[in-house]
Amino acid sequence: MALATRTDRKPSLTRTVWDSTVGKKAVMAVSGLIMLTYLAVHMFGNLKIFFGAGDFNGYAHWLRTVGEPFLHYEWALWIIRVVLVAAVVAHAVSAYQLSRRDIRARPSQYVHRRPRASYATRTMRWGGVILGLFIVWHVLDLTTGTVHPGGFQSGHPYQNVIDTFSTWYGNTIYIVAMLALGLHVQHGFWSAAQTLGAGSAARDRILKTLANVLALVLTLGFISVPVAVMTGVVS
Amino acid sequence: MKLTLRVWRQQNADADGAMSTYEVDGISADMSFLEMLDTLNEELILGGEDPVAFDHDCREGICGACSLVINGDAHGPERTTTCQLHMRAFRDGDTIDVEPWRAAAFPVVKDLVVDRSAFDRIIQAGGYISAPTGAAPEAHATPVPKPDADFAFEHAECIGCGACVAACPNGSAMLFTSAKVNHLNVLPQGAPERETRVLDMVGQMDAEGFGGCTLTGECATACPKGIPLPSIAAMNKEWLRATRKAKKVGR
Ligand code: HEM
Ligand code: SF4
Ligand code: FES
Repeated sequence: MALATRTDRKPSLTRTVWDSTVGKKAVMAVSGLIMLTYLAVHMFGNLKIFFGAGDFNGYAHWLRTVGEPFLHYEWALWIIRVVLVAAVVAHAVSAYQLSRRDIRARPSQYVHRRPRASYATRTMRWGGVILGLFIVWHVLDLTTGTVHPGGFQSGHPYQNVIDTFSTWYGNTIYIVAMLALGLHVQHGFWSAAQTLGAGSAARDRILKTLANVLALVLTLGFISVPVAVMTGVVS
Repeated sequence: MKLTLRVWRQQNADADGAMSTYEVDGISADMSFLEMLDTLNEELILGGEDPVAFDHDCREGICGACSLVINGDAHGPERTTTCQLHMRAFRDGDTIDVEPWRAAAFPVVKDLVVDRSAFDRIIQAGGYISAPTGAAPEAHATPVPKPDADFAFEHAECIGCGACVAACPNGSAMLFTSAKVNHLNVLPQGAPERETRVLDMVGQMDAEGFGGCTLTGECATACPKGIPLPSIAAMNKEWLRATRKAKKVGR
């Protein structure tokens, strides 16, 4: 009679990844890097505003026709939207679950406290929440127009952008969120490299430099638009 | 030297603890931190009080038993173990706060003593190699490239003290576990269990209730043996590789 040498069933790959702190962090890193790639493209696209209404609106129109005739009108855009929503949800859910776990793992604080870690590192959680709220406002403002100041005109993003950045609160929300983004990306990019196993002593300097450059370019690139509207460079 | 000590006192695992203040006098700058505590305990015993309980064994920085958070730093202000920290690191008249390691997975047993058996269970989950018993094999039979030998040795230096967990704001054991995984995974002797080792040790680490890594780097700063932060990235790489190979190794 043959002996049953293996009677236990091992969990699936998805379960192994999602149930492990290391795996869940990898989900966070991959979803973060997907968002980061999108943001880099988005930022460079936004800079088209400096070439005038024609260029900017034309670019926005192209985003809807890209991939035709293989894809239908707006399909490419919808595919990107679905991937992004999935990334935001995966990122936020794993951030929430891991944070809960981290807080439970250190229930009592030391009596003798001292400042720990860098500002960017310490603000990942609250910075992430700010970014999450910003994403909701941003979509309601410039994509759906639900909370847009003045009449939202679909297909005329140039005018819509100017409307938003002509209000003090539009500028404030946007600039604060972009500063938060810079901090989040500075720690996040380097972290993701460690989480995915790309970090090493030899590569640490270059990864940190890359994270700083990425954070700075993204933040300055995004902020240049409201500053241009405020100063009248774009009107 | 005359010092004011504020020490965490806790009768047992279930009791509430609090900081108690003591004055100690006649401390020499050449005493180790533990000898300073011995001095305090002698006075407490003579006064009929309960001495402060703390862990220690070798007192030469190699066993990993000593474990105190001194002024908020695991093992105190210098990069060494508490037993190798000398009182010359402090000044006459200083007030020093002494607390136990704090982490959900390291419950306080009494005063400054915590239960670190969670580390033993992580080791049991995969911190071994399969070797035939009998006479020791010829040392040159299995060649190991020098960089791999150095990498293994760097990680073998971990003494399992738990300062990394104590320093981490998430009570994470990633640095300890990465030291143990990297030490064996890079060597040919550790190759047969390369995948199961990292999956099982990380699995046990999670099951013990340690937190996850947010790359704050506090662990590597506190580690008396200089286990570097990139060790965690190296373990993550091993873990991701092992999940991809999971089918092959029968998982
Ligand atoms: C807007 C775009 C966002 C980008 C590009 C981004 C990017 C990243 C990246 C790359 C990481 C590193 C993952 C790792 O350490 O392996 C990270 C970490 C994190 N993110 Fe985001 N994230 C974004 C939005 C958010 C949002 C909306 C939240 C909140 C729900 C959030 C919360 C966090 C948290 C808590 C961490 C862990 C930080 C740590 O390592 O301590 N992020 N993010
Ligand atoms: S990694 Fe360093 S701090 Fe952590 S247990 Fe090992 S020796 Fe102690
Ligand atoms: S008592 Fe052994 S390392 Fe400190």
